[in-house]
Amino acid sequence: MEISQSSDRPDIIDQSTRYSFNQFCELCRMEPEVVILLVEEGVIIAEGRQPATWTFSFQMVKRLKRAYRLQRDLELNISGVALSVELLEEIDQLRDELARLRSRLETLA
Amino acid sequence: MSEIDYYQIMGIDEDASIDSIKKAYRRLARKYHPDVSKDEDAEEKFKQLSAAYDVLKNKEKRAEYDHIRKHGAPGGSWDGAQNRGDQSNYHHGNFENAQGANDFFESIFGRQRREGAGYSYSMDGDDVHYRLAVTLEESYQGSRRLISFESVERDNSGVATKKVQKINVTIPKGVINGQQLRLKGKGNPGISGGRPGDLFLEIELEAHPLFHADQRDITLILPVAPWELVLGESVDVPTLGDPKKLKIPPNSKSGQKLRLKGEGLPGKSPGDLYVVLQVTMPHPANESDRQLFEQMKRQMAFNPREHIRVK
Repeated sequence: MEISQSSDRPDIIDQSTRYSFNQFCELCRMEPEVVILLVEEGVIIAEGRQPATWTFSFQMVKRLKRAYRLQRDLELNISGVALSVELLEEIDQLRDELARLRSRLETLA
Repeated sequence: MSEIDYYQIMGIDEDASIDSIKKAYRRLARKYHPDVSKDEDAEEKFKQLSAAYDVLKNKEKRAEYDHIRKHGAPGGSWDGAQNRGDQSNYHHGNFENAQGANDFFESIFGRQRREGAGYSYSMDGDDVHYRLAVTLEESYQGSRRLISFESVERDNSGVATKKVQKINVTIPKGVINGQQLRLKGKGNPGISGGRPGDLFLEIELEAHPLFHADQRDITLILPVAPWELVLGESVDVPTLGDPKKLKIPPNSKSGQKLRLKGEGLPGKSPGDLYVVLQVTMPHPANESDRQLFEQMKRQMAFNPREHIRVK
């Protein structure tokens, strides 16, 4: 993903966007060791075998931030956080799917 | 005591033990946490809860609060703001506010805080997230829009001021639901030389009276007359651009889908426009129209309820 220079020309981020390990740390404002730990603990998923070749989707940026907030506010342990973010993402997907099908149904009715 | 009562917010008695305060916090935090709850006022409720917990879990702060609650404040009311201030920017993903139990996970994230704020005074600004409603036409043509949003500026002592920012945003052609636009450095400003955060805009395509978008594909319900279906016809159909000619082949069926290739939302692989034919009953305007129906009734062996096995 190219970093855009112009002030109002946004980067478009979608499902196909991938960040390198360095870009990911930068985007999340996290130390590399911390990101490695969180990948090892299964809170976030890296594609690739080792940090040098790891890539991350934007979903992982969102997941990491959410994990941080949940840990901070709900005093969860790490496996609790990992489970929560997964379940919350699944609920989000189901809600989107439901909304999509509902609006589809309305157009056909 | 005016305004908000911390005990009431947490649903506990004045003499509640620290243990039951913690339990009440955890129970309510799970319920109102903005990452968990979809209630519109969840964020506000959670802020109140955090402010209440922040005071009641701390022996000294609680004693001070109890005193003021009973006897009134000596020079004004309890300054809840000093406790709420830090939480006010809740959804903007600040990694610098670590607090809470001292477990493994906390120690991971906690390091960020020390490095961010402890050893030097500069601190990066937070990212700001908003949803951006975009019409299908805007996505089809691309567009520029002046948007205003609230950012939070902090001075060196961490006191937050809300500020309305205005920015011209280019909405690129072919944006779809769920995509994010990232405007680098347009989030909250950093403190003392810290880098500014980014502005993230999540695209939300607005419902359209005619078209329905699924990724880049667009669906249109096209009303047609029974004879257009049977005999075939070339008709005009609206698209997001100029109207296009569409050939309805003879012997088409109601509900049938026809595809206009590449007439969906633009992109590397542009979407298609799917036209769903929907038969519309003509209403006889006079006696000779009625006779047409009479004639069909006499002539055609048609049982519309055949598949449900009745006549």
